[in-house]
Amino acid sequence: MNLALSDEQVFLREAARGALSRFKTLEAAREALDGDAAAMPDLWPTAKEAGWPGLLIDESHGGAGLDAFDAMLVLGECGRVIAGIQLLGHLPATAILNASPNAVSLLDDLATGERRAAYLPVSPPGDLEDRWSVDPARGAGRPGAPVAVAGDGQARVSGELAFVPDAPGADLLVGVALLDGRPVGVAIEGAADGVSVQAVQRYDATRALGHVSLKDAPATVLDAPVEALAGAWHLAQALIAAESLGSVETALDVSVAYAKERHTFGRAIGSYQAVKHSLTEVLRQLDNGRSLLYYAGWARNGAPLEFPLAASAARSVGGRALDLAARTMISVHGGIGATWEHDAPLYFRRAQLSRRLLGGTSAATDRVAGELIVQADAA
Amino acid sequence: MDLDDTPEQAAHRAQVRGWLEENRQYAPVLQGPGALEDEAEIVAARRAWQGKLAEGGLAGVTWPKEYGGQGLGPIEQVMCNQEIARAKVPGILDAIGVGMLGPTIIAHGEEEQKSRYLGPMLHGDEVWCQLFSEPAAGSDLAAVQTRARLQDDGSWRLTGQKVWTTNAQFASYGLLLARTDADVPKHKGMTMFIVPMDAEGVTVRGLRQISGEAEFNEVFFDDVELDAGAVVGGVGNGWGTALTTLMFERVTIGLGGEGMGYNSTRFATAIAADEHARRDPEVRHQLGEIASELLAVRFTGYRTLTALQKGQIPGPEAGLAKVTIVNGAIKAGELIADIVGPDALAESSDWAYMISFLPGLKSAGGTEEILRNTIGERVLGLPPEPRLDKGIPFSELRSKEGAPA
Repeated sequence: MNLALSDEQVFLREAARGALSRFKTLEAAREALDGDAAAMPDLWPTAKEAGWPGLLIDESHGGAGLDAFDAMLVLGECGRVIAGIQLLGHLPATAILNASPNAVSLLDDLATGERRAAYLPVSPPGDLEDRWSVDPARGAGRPGAPVAVAGDGQARVSGELAFVPDAPGADLLVGVALLDGRPVGVAIEGAADGVSVQAVQRYDATRALGHVSLKDAPATVLDAPVEALAGAWHLAQALIAAESLGSVETALDVSVAYAKERHTFGRAIGSYQAVKHSLTEVLRQLDNGRSLLYYAGWARNGAPLEFPLAASAARSVGGRALDLAARTMISVHGGIGATWEHDAPLYFRRAQLSRRLLGGTSAATDRVAGELIVQADAA
Repeated sequence: MDLDDTPEQAAHRAQVRGWLEENRQYAPVLQGPGALEDEAEIVAARRAWQGKLAEGGLAGVTWPKEYGGQGLGPIEQVMCNQEIARAKVPGILDAIGVGMLGPTIIAHGEEEQKSRYLGPMLHGDEVWCQLFSEPAAGSDLAAVQTRARLQDDGSWRLTGQKVWTTNAQFASYGLLLARTDADVPKHKGMTMFIVPMDAEGVTVRGLRQISGEAEFNEVFFDDVELDAGAVVGGVGNGWGTALTTLMFERVTIGLGGEGMGYNSTRFATAIAADEHARRDPEVRHQLGEIASELLAVRFTGYRTLTALQKGQIPGPEAGLAKVTIVNGAIKAGELIADIVGPDALAESSDWAYMISFLPGLKSAGGTEEILRNTIGERVLGLPPEPRLDKGIPFSELRSKEGAPA
């Protein structure tokens, strides 16, 4: 039994915290909301320097050969300072390619970060939904996965994917398409004919999103096993959960510090049960979320059949924890917490958008139920 | 990161598993065909089985060898518990004694006390109970009013009432926290005693709860005589001694993991059995939320084990897992009763039992509000609630008046 961080993992986390602390990410997030997109620091060179793009790529292809939990630690640090960094898109894409023997030639440049990939999120079927599906541009109906048609050497892929994290400017798009009704991995050059990526910004300027439109786009069909295609979706769920919980840590720290300093009626407000208990509730959800990150981190290799359950549960708890932490941060600070100059609204904006990306927190919660129902049927 | 045994642990596990295979024939049958029904027979059989487990080295694993234990770490005790559960045989009867009270005596007791009491406790020959809580001293445990008065001959006279006492109806001894000096601030004037439950003046009464069953007892002490050798940990040191017990309580809870059967699999199985509910988005959403948190608690338990293995003692944050389990199970009971309907409330139903048990469990081991205070103060470092009892002699406090009639 060992669920403690290794020395290397502690170092990875501390190094990430140090590297990101060199940037004024919160100020930049606020300025970008005011329309100054150039205020957002380009953190990709920092990611390259730290070796994060290659975290999940085998060492034989220039990567660090680390595991999902290590990537989660880095994402957690990004979440602490709501850094806009394109790892949420890049890392699941590299996980698919790393599991595709015919794609190894693509890995070296992605491992160094010379080229950047973005994952095209396609949700695997569940116990009620038998299709692979994508996020819609609007509404609750989910369109089907992109469709591939076999050609000579390469396939042609068509489909629409909305709100794809880190798609703008990506060199390579990696996702899932249906070839003769069968899910296959596909890798598509960002600059290829038939690919259009429309950058969109919604509510949280730190999040680079794109509507991706594919019209007969030339694609390499990957020979990744279908488990790796579904696994990328669940990995993305675990990563955004880790990122969310990192934001919860900061929101809680800042709120606790303020509750110790701010006095009303002759007492620090943190001495009032009403305030203390709401902060304790944030801690409870944060701690539950952390435990589920360990579950997901362990399950990806230790119990692959449980990885969908673990990652979905982490996403479910992480999303709810972030919403609660951001709202509590605002209310503990009183009216000032709801003003533009305060940091709390940045975490609040992060919470509202994050919970609607990559299928959304609610869908992850439903998948927890679905996975458990399937387990119960099998027992 | 792994959930695996080390080679040494694997060897220990194999040995435990082998022992259980050889000895399971001696385990009492508590459920299914041939199950014992008579309460006294069950207790006798479980005491004998506890003795077997102790002989086999499956009980008191963390106790020092000189007191009959194995001198191993908490992780080895957990492995024994896991193997006992896997073998589908009962565990020890006196988990409170062996898990919490014995270790307190080992830490604070006199050598005579250790040699007299620990062996029979471990082997189930003498069952113990914990006599801490009172009607007006639960979360605020240091408000105990049960009074022990020193006599001229060095003996003590004990008068008062304890409550929520598990196993008191068949216990031989109790570890009791009493007030011995009311003229000093409340944390200072307490002393821990060993009380023979068959002493004159001790009355045990079952305390029925919502379900109709008596899980606990009330215990009354009417001028009970205790000899000088009954004091554990020194006169006036009762609070420090009690804190040791409460620390072992946290360890015990930490080792228990999800315990109590309130887990995601059980609830999901109930919902999966209903063709309509298992497709209902609202039901699924609620199940997903409840189950996620209960799954988290399973891994919080593994994190606690990792910490224990490294020699760290669980802090008050362990209480958060209890809050999650109880509230998650309450929500699950609501959801399942909504689905099953009134049949979920049939007296014979497991769900009715669970639904009845949980409201009280919410306050067990300290109310949720007190847990959140403690965690807010000791984990988050928030300032304490102003207190009106600091530095004031117990005799001048309002709480000595007890609960309102």
